[in-house]
Amino acid sequence: MQRIVLFVCLFLFSLIARAELTVEITQGVDEPTPVAVVPFSWSGAQALPEDVAKVVSDDLYRSGLFKLMPRENMLSFPSDRSSLFFRDWRISGSDFIVIGRIKDTEGQLTVAFELYDILKEERILGEEIKASRNNLRAVGHYISDKVFEALTGVRGAFSTRIVYVTAKQLSSSKHRYRLMLADSDGHNPRTILESKEPIVSPAWSRDGSKLAYVSFESGRPAIYIQYLATGKREKVQSFRGLNGAPAWSPDGRQLALVLSKDGNPEIYVLDLQQRRLNRITHHFGIDTEPSWSPDGQSLIFTSDRGGQPQIYSIYLPTRDVTRLTFEGRYNARGRLTQDGRFLAMVHQTNGSFHIAVQDLRTGRVDLLTETFMDESPTIAPNGSIILYATQEGIRGVLSAVSLDGRVKFRLPSSDGDVREPAWSPFQ
Amino acid sequence: MRAMNIGKAAALALTVVWAAGCSTTNTTDTDTMGGDTAPATTTQAVSDSSMSGTSMADVKNLATVFYFDFDQTQVKPEAVAALRGHAKYLVANPSASVVLEGHADERGTREYNMALGERRAQAIARVLTVNGVSSSQIELVSFGEEKPVVMGHNESSWAQNRRVELKY
Repeated sequence: MQRIVLFVCLFLFSLIARAELTVEITQGVDEPTPVAVVPFSWSGAQALPEDVAKVVSDDLYRSGLFKLMPRENMLSFPSDRSSLFFRDWRISGSDFIVIGRIKDTEGQLTVAFELYDILKEERILGEEIKASRNNLRAVGHYISDKVFEALTGVRGAFSTRIVYVTAKQLSSSKHRYRLMLADSDGHNPRTILESKEPIVSPAWSRDGSKLAYVSFESGRPAIYIQYLATGKREKVQSFRGLNGAPAWSPDGRQLALVLSKDGNPEIYVLDLQQRRLNRITHHFGIDTEPSWSPDGQSLIFTSDRGGQPQIYSIYLPTRDVTRLTFEGRYNARGRLTQDGRFLAMVHQTNGSFHIAVQDLRTGRVDLLTETFMDESPTIAPNGSIILYATQEGIRGVLSAVSLDGRVKFRLPSSDGDVREPAWSPFQ
Repeated sequence: MRAMNIGKAAALALTVVWAAGCSTTNTTDTDTMGGDTAPATTTQAVSDSSMSGTSMADVKNLATVFYFDFDQTQVKPEAVAALRGHAKYLVANPSASVVLEGHADERGTREYNMALGERRAQAIARVLTVNGVSSSQIELVSFGEEKPVVMGHNESSWAQNRRVELKY
């Protein structure tokens, strides 16, 4: 009987998982590390709203670096050291195992987890986390971050968040645009702003507390800053013409943006404290889509000054401009990894737009996607994954690809057309 | 198709350079990309001499949506008659004003398309100003690719979305 209940539970979980997330590992790393994440034990009477071990397992799987042992292949579900028999797990082929237990002490939940090296028979890490019934997914992502870092040496980014824009046509003349905030796996979506007019180019402040975006709610574009905790917002720029593409400097004090008040699109930097505007580019071509280098010394931007859109870099102290992209006729909306080495961008080939990454050290360009209209790349703060917008039929959806192109997955799609993802910094 | 795109890109590059060094209108150019599938503007057969052009009734039958070729910001010759009609009305009514809403198709990045939509609106504005309209009567708003009139990933949809809408 117990087995049947367990089976039904697993079946339900798998159904839920399927509805919410499609993970398609296109290639995977050559030898993904085999890991087992055992269902956490739970001593309470009422079922928990989330399966924490499943959250951890999904996170690790989505990274493409791990091969997760299916639950149905597990012979036992140990939840502490005394019930963990390394030999059994070694035979089943796992190198590492995550076990855990959740306890309820008068309404206060405690989630304890441990990571073991099966071959060395050693505990790598373990921690107890205070939790409540409604933050168990966050606890799962926290555990994923810890396990990921312990096993790869790279900081996990599962606890980070994303924003994106959805658009829905309600009638022939009525649209609804929403700025959405969600967990990095697409769960827990909530509306930050709703408008009848377009919302474009959301961007995170480096401390993750604020967003800047372009809203057409007044009938013309204006740049707003909104505080996530309070919802309070302010209009920071609304000149005649374009007001677009805001990008926060690494120190959080400046906002790069695009204005066409002087006749054509130029890049400016706005000092947010002094409200002083500093024009950066001077060219009759289109200059747009600024993004900061990690050291805050340069801006990269898209310009058609060479005849077609290409990505350039301007070193702010001297205003020296360098062209970065040469391969292909259309390279735009560049974003740099935190180490400054890789440039993710939109690259056109044969009439289609793809996400490409250029190694700035070697100049090598790799196409990461092959779908039809891929755009708006945004890089996870640990540099592991690029999230981007693509099309499924005539609907926009969000997809992700690892920087080496080996792992791809699709985010759960909500109502309407989804576009313009922006990945939060670490929080 | 690819060769044609390159041709268009070259034409765009020329247009850009030329537009930058030149403040007059570029409406007299012939359509260098003949055979494009963009819909013809719904221009009425109105000649300058046949209209008084000074009341709203005179402009209400004129085309208000003007289409563009892919990656182009050049006003098509067939748009000019209607634009002259609008100009005549605006000159006769200095207190009247228009908003020119520039749009792009979905191809390319969103902020770049914002810039492209604005360039198209500027091109239409230049036709109006060389026909005597004060620039203070004209406001440009680019929506980029954010407000398509037709959904769909094909040339006929894109052609209808690459446009400037003139609104009183």
